Amino acid sequence: MKHKQIKKAKKGLSKDHLMAIAFLLPSLLLIAIFVYGFISWTGYVSLSNYHTLVPDFTFAGLKNYIHLFKDFRFQSGLRNTLFFTIFFILIVIILGLSLAILIDQKLKGESLFRNIFLFPMALSFIVTGVVWQWLLNPTTGFNQMLKFFGITPKWYTDTNILAGFEWGSIEFGLPVAIISVVIAAVWQMTGFSLAMYLAGLRGIPEELREAARMDGASEFQVYMKVVLPLLMPITMSVVIIMGHMSLKIFDLVYAMTGPGANFVTDVPGVYMFEETFRANNYANGAAIAMVMLVLVAVVIIPYLWSSRRGDRS
Amino acid sequence: MTIVTVSLLLVISACGSSDNENQSANNNGNNEGESKSGEVEIFSWWTGAGEEEGLLALIDLFEEEHPDITVENAAVAGGAGTNAKAVLATRMEGNDPPSTFQVHGGEELNKSWVAADKMEPLNDLYEENDWMDKFPDELIELVSDDGNIYSVPVNVHRGNPVFYNIEIFEEHDLEVPTTFDEFFEVAETLDDAGITPLALGDKESWPATQIFENVLLGVLGPDDYQALFAGEIDFSDERVVEAAEIFGEMLEYVNEDHASRNWQDSAQLVADGEAAMLNMGDWAKGYFTNDLDLETNEDFGYFNFPETDGVFQVITDTFGLPKGVDNREDVETFLTFLGSTEAQDVFNPLKGGIPARVDADEDKYDEYGQDAMEAFKESRLTPSLAHGSAASEGFLTEANQATNVFVTQRDVDNFIESLENAAADEQ
Repeated sequence: MKHKQIKKAKKGLSKDHLMAIAFLLPSLLLIAIFVYGFISWTGYVSLSNYHTLVPDFTFAGLKNYIHLFKDFRFQSGLRNTLFFTIFFILIVIILGLSLAILIDQKLKGESLFRNIFLFPMALSFIVTGVVWQWLLNPTTGFNQMLKFFGITPKWYTDTNILAGFEWGSIEFGLPVAIISVVIAAVWQMTGFSLAMYLAGLRGIPEELREAARMDGASEFQVYMKVVLPLLMPITMSVVIIMGHMSLKIFDLVYAMTGPGANFVTDVPGVYMFEETFRANNYANGAAIAMVMLVLVAVVIIPYLWSSRRGDRS
Repeated sequence: MTIVTVSLLLVISACGSSDNENQSANNNGNNEGESKSGEVEIFSWWTGAGEEEGLLALIDLFEEEHPDITVENAAVAGGAGTNAKAVLATRMEGNDPPSTFQVHGGEELNKSWVAADKMEPLNDLYEENDWMDKFPDELIELVSDDGNIYSVPVNVHRGNPVFYNIEIFEEHDLEVPTTFDEFFEVAETLDDAGITPLALGDKESWPATQIFENVLLGVLGPDDYQALFAGEIDFSDERVVEAAEIFGEMLEYVNEDHASRNWQDSAQLVADGEAAMLNMGDWAKGYFTNDLDLETNEDFGYFNFPETDGVFQVITDTFGLPKGVDNREDVETFLTFLGSTEAQDVFNPLKGGIPARVDADEDKYDEYGQDAMEAFKESRLTPSLAHGSAASEGFLTEANQATNVFVTQRDVDNFIESLENAAADEQ
C-alpha cells in the first residue's frame, strides 16, 4: 500500500494529488501568515527599539536579549521555570502511573475513581489558581489545620531558596514558594497522565504478561520488565505535553501567586504579559516571547524528529 | 447651579444636534455608519461595587438628558485596570479606539497615548465650558502636554492618607503620628503590644510602591518630589537614599503574610483589629464603609502620611477623545457632561472619591469626602507614582519590580541602582 502511494507521488500530478493540494492550500496559507508570519514579526520586534506605545522599528541588535539575560527578574523566572518543570513532570508521571496501575487492578467502582481523578482537568487553570491561592494561603488555608501540629509553612509567600548559591544576579536553587504552584498544577494535571497511562495499560495484550509469568517473572518483574518498557511511548508523550505546558505556564501562576515576593514564583509568561501590556515595552515583551519559543522548541523538536524517524521505519 | 449646568448642556447639545442631523443624513445610505452615530462607547475598568453603581448612574443621567445618544458601557474587570489596559492597547493599536476611555491623569496619558499621537486636544472644549478655573491649575497641568489639554478629570482620589483602627489607638493611648519619628514610636509601642503596626498587601507590588512614594514625598517635599520625576534630581540623591532607608524601616513593621494579600485583604486586617494602620488611597474608605460596614471616625480614622501635611497625592481618573472616532460631536457632548458638576456629583458619592471640580456640592459627600474636598482646594497637588501619574508606565513597571525585590532583600544600594537604571531607560 505504502509503496503504491510513493510511486504515485513520484509520478505526481495525479488528480487526487492536485485535489489534496487544493484542499490543503487555504489552511497552509493561513498557518503561514498567522503562525509563522507573526512569529517572524515578533522576532523582528524583539530586535527593535519599540519600548513605548510609540512604534520605533529601528534595529537594536541583540540589545534587548542582553538586557533580559542580565535582568534579575528574568533570571529568577528561568530558574523558577526550570524547577517547576522538573518537579511538575516527575510528580505527574509517578502519580499518574501509580494511580493508573491501581485502577487497572480491576477493582470495583473503577469508573468512579477514574472520574474523580479526571475531574480537576475539566477546570481552567484560573479556577485552580484561585482555589489553591486560598488553600495554601499562610493565614487562611491548610495552615488552620496544620497549626494544631505546630507547623505553619509559608507556602507561596516563602522567599527562601533551598541549596542556593550566587549565580548571575540571582540566588540559584530551589525556590520553596514554587512548590505550592507545583502542588496546584499536579492536582490539576495528574488526571491527564492517569488517563494516558490507563489507555496504555489497556493496550498491552494480556498474553505478554502471561508469557512473562510463565517464564517465572514475579508480578513486580512483570511491571518492571514488560509493562513499563511498553509504556515508554506514553511517557514520552506525557513528558512532551506536560513539558510544553509548564514552559509556557501563565494563567495558573498569574491567578494564584503573581510574580511573588522577590520574584520567587515569577515565570517568563507573566513577565512577558507585564512587560508588554503594563510597561508597553513591546520589544522586551517580544524578546521574552522568543526565548519561550526557543525553550519549547528545544523540547518539542527532538520529539518530532524521533517520531518522524519512527514513522519511516 | 445645577439649573445653569443643565441649560448649558441643553444649549450645547442643541448646537450639536444640527451637525448630528447632517451626519445622520449623510449616513442614511450607509447602514453601518447609521448605527454608529448616536452611540458613545465608554471604556473603563469600573466594575467594582461602588464604582460600577456610579458609572451606571452616570450613564442613566446622560441618556435621560440626551435621548438621541445611547451609551455603551465597555468596562473590563480587573483592579487598577491591569486587564483593561491590555484590551485598550490592542484596540488603539488596531485603530479601533473606544469613543472615550478611562486613563489616569499624568504620564499614563501623556507619555503613552499623547506621545503616540492618538489623542485630540480638548482646549476648545475647556474654553467653551469655562472649565479653566473650575479645575485646579495643577490638575489641568497633569492632563496637559505642551500647552494642550487632553482629557477631562472626573474624580480625584488621594494617595497619602493613613487609615487607622481607632479602638487600637485609644486602647494604647496613642496619638496620630505626624513625623517619621513619631510614626516609629507608635509602631514600636504597637509591636510590643503584639499588634501589627502597618498593614500591607503587596501580592501586586503597587501598595508597597505607594508607601515608598509617600516617604519620598515626605522627605523631599512637593517641589523636589516633582523635580525628581522630571529628571532634575537624581535617584542617587542622598535624600532618596534616606527615603529608601525609612521605607525599609517601615517594612519591619508590616504583617508577615503581606505577599499573599491584595489591598482589600490588608484593609481587612485593620478592620479586624489585627493591624493598626494602613497607607492606602482613599478608595479604602469606600471599602471600609460600604463593604465592611464601618463608621468613619468611629471605627476607623485617617491622618496624612507622616510629613506630607498640606500635600495631596493625586490620583485622577480622566476621559479623553481618541483620534479617529467617527462620532466626535457625540463624544464631545458626553465629555462635556462628564466635566459638569452635576455628573461629578452623581458619580463620586457612589464611587467614594471626590469631584475634580472645585465648585461641586459639598453636601452630597460624607465626612471624609468633605475633608478631602477641603484639602484638595488648599493643598499642593502632586502626581502619584504608583498609579501612573508621576512617570511613564515603563518606569512604573520597573519601579514596582525594584520595590518587589527591595521588600524582601532590603538592599538600599541595589534598590537605588535599579531606580537609576529605570530612570536612565526613560531617556
